[in-house]
Amino acid sequence: MWYNFKEMDKKYLFKRNNVWWVKLAVPVYLRDKLGFDLRKSTREKDLEKALLVRDEIISEFKSKFSEDLDQNSHLNEDFSNQTTYFDYASTTPVDDRVVEKMKDCLSFEGAFGNSGSRSHVYGWKAEEIVEEARLNVANLLNCDPREIIWTSGATESDNLAIKGAAYFYKSKGRHIVTSKIEHKAVLDVCRQLEKENFEVTYLDPDENGVISPQSVKDVIREDTVLVSLMQINNEIGVFNDIEQIGQITRENGTIFHVDAAQSAGKIPIDLSKLNVDLMSFSAHKIYGPKGIGALYIRRKPRVRLQPLFHGGGQERGIRAGTLPTHQIVGMGEAFRIAEEQMEIDHKRLTNFRSILWNGLKDMEEVYINGSIENGFPGIFNMSFNFVEGESLIMALKNIAVSSGSACTSASLEPSYVLRALGRPDELAHSSIRFSFGRFTKKEEVERTVDLVKNSVSQLREISPLWEMYQDGIDLDKIEWA
Amino acid sequence: MAYSQKVVDKFEETLKNPEGASVGRWKPGDKDFHRVGTGIVGAPACGDVMKLQIKCENIEGENRIVDARFKTYGCGSAIASSGQLIDMLKGKTLEEAQNISNQEIVDILELPAIKIHCSVLAEEAIHRAIDDFKSLRNND
Repeated sequence: MWYNFKEMDKKYLFKRNNVWWVKLAVPVYLRDKLGFDLRKSTREKDLEKALLVRDEIISEFKSKFSEDLDQNSHLNEDFSNQTTYFDYASTTPVDDRVVEKMKDCLSFEGAFGNSGSRSHVYGWKAEEIVEEARLNVANLLNCDPREIIWTSGATESDNLAIKGAAYFYKSKGRHIVTSKIEHKAVLDVCRQLEKENFEVTYLDPDENGVISPQSVKDVIREDTVLVSLMQINNEIGVFNDIEQIGQITRENGTIFHVDAAQSAGKIPIDLSKLNVDLMSFSAHKIYGPKGIGALYIRRKPRVRLQPLFHGGGQERGIRAGTLPTHQIVGMGEAFRIAEEQMEIDHKRLTNFRSILWNGLKDMEEVYINGSIENGFPGIFNMSFNFVEGESLIMALKNIAVSSGSACTSASLEPSYVLRALGRPDELAHSSIRFSFGRFTKKEEVERTVDLVKNSVSQLREISPLWEMYQDGIDLDKIEWA
Repeated sequence: MAYSQKVVDKFEETLKNPEGASVGRWKPGDKDFHRVGTGIVGAPACGDVMKLQIKCENIEGENRIVDARFKTYGCGSAIASSGQLIDMLKGKTLEEAQNISNQEIVDILELPAIKIHCSVLAEEAIHRAIDDFKSLRNND
């Protein structure tokens, strides 16, 4: 059947970075060759086998139809000319399997109906797949599907959770606790509530970026209605102990909201065992589409929220608006796949972080922002002293990363997260966040080690601060103009 | 925000061939150090520090910049702005150098609005270096 490639090339092959790839999720062809449907498989071995088969397909394709491929030259292209994506904490590409599912919800032939239409089969079909997706999300988190509300993303979930709880329970108290290193979607909501006469306590993290349960205990009061903390920090990848913090909030009768945008689908979360009342999720951080998220709202003990959107009464009246079926199905599929692949993904990420850190740790004046022991391996934040982050990103031109440097932000301020850890401003300016993901290849990480070493030493060569440091001058004692 | 090709080229050229791009320094003890003016501007906490040195010679009664060197810690456009400034300095009299405006650098490198401060830094650096050179002569 492989001769058919000529006809199917457009559909099942795609070109990325000038190299031909065969889609892993090609249902018929790959299934025939593999003898099983990869999409229904949960075993690590199956994925490995599929990857091998994919390579076979590519080489077969190359040998048989080389004349079709611009003299075949780009297939042998040097890997080092490709752009490497190390910004998965910012967003992820949508998994091919998710794309396939989403496509089925758009056209007339697909489930295009309004899940709110109760009078015909189009509506019923849409409702059925929306509920299937809700179940997938609930399964990953071990909660009741009725506790999941669809939103437009983690930002909306954070808004709905914090404002919704603050407004609903304002007669009970007006004190809110959060931390200085939350995502802006939490911090800016809190700032807004301060303008509306709520009182907010912003906790300091320790030097590694952890919010200690004790610090929550120290500030929580009788009138504290809400504590909002993230599970994994988006800049430095550090975990908070939400299990312990949940015990403190529950004892105090305070609602506990957790922003899990970076953690859901990447580490196990069991909501049946955690004293978490509200939890925010996003699809696009875990190989789902942008523009869709969810909020977990605990039923027992019941948490109530004042809605932000009013309208057609969807989502039990908590979040009105026609449900975007394709987005929801995409999120459901992404979360279903996450459950299957979490362990493999986590192992690979841990390996990538070790390769990077072992390759770079012997350099002079290199710092980890956060912690390896207490950090998610997919997010690794480092500072290369005496080298400014944006210039390093520019030097690493084939590697897509982000920096806490002021020069990469619209506000021209260095990262508030790194500053809250007590890092001097110059180390914040010198920081780079590497974040790996499901499609990262080991070779890409290995290649990055050499590139970073090279670029840092080139930039230090032209850095007056490095020169002063080499001369033994204490930079802190200089009066800067 | 994407940089102009000019910033990218200048930056990469500096990184690839620092010596050719006049990266370096004169330090106390070097021959001719008494004819070098140094200007350091910016601060590490702000994310950019520029160190500019000019070497001057009295040619037909006027002090001219015969050579210049720099080192810069900062974003890509700060490094490119320093390199651009160096190109503009060589051969100029101190008075001509004093009159270089940051706008010239902005125009040549097509700096985006948010990066104009990099060119201002370069202008400040040359003013400081000239002041430093003049103060050296006054001490003679």
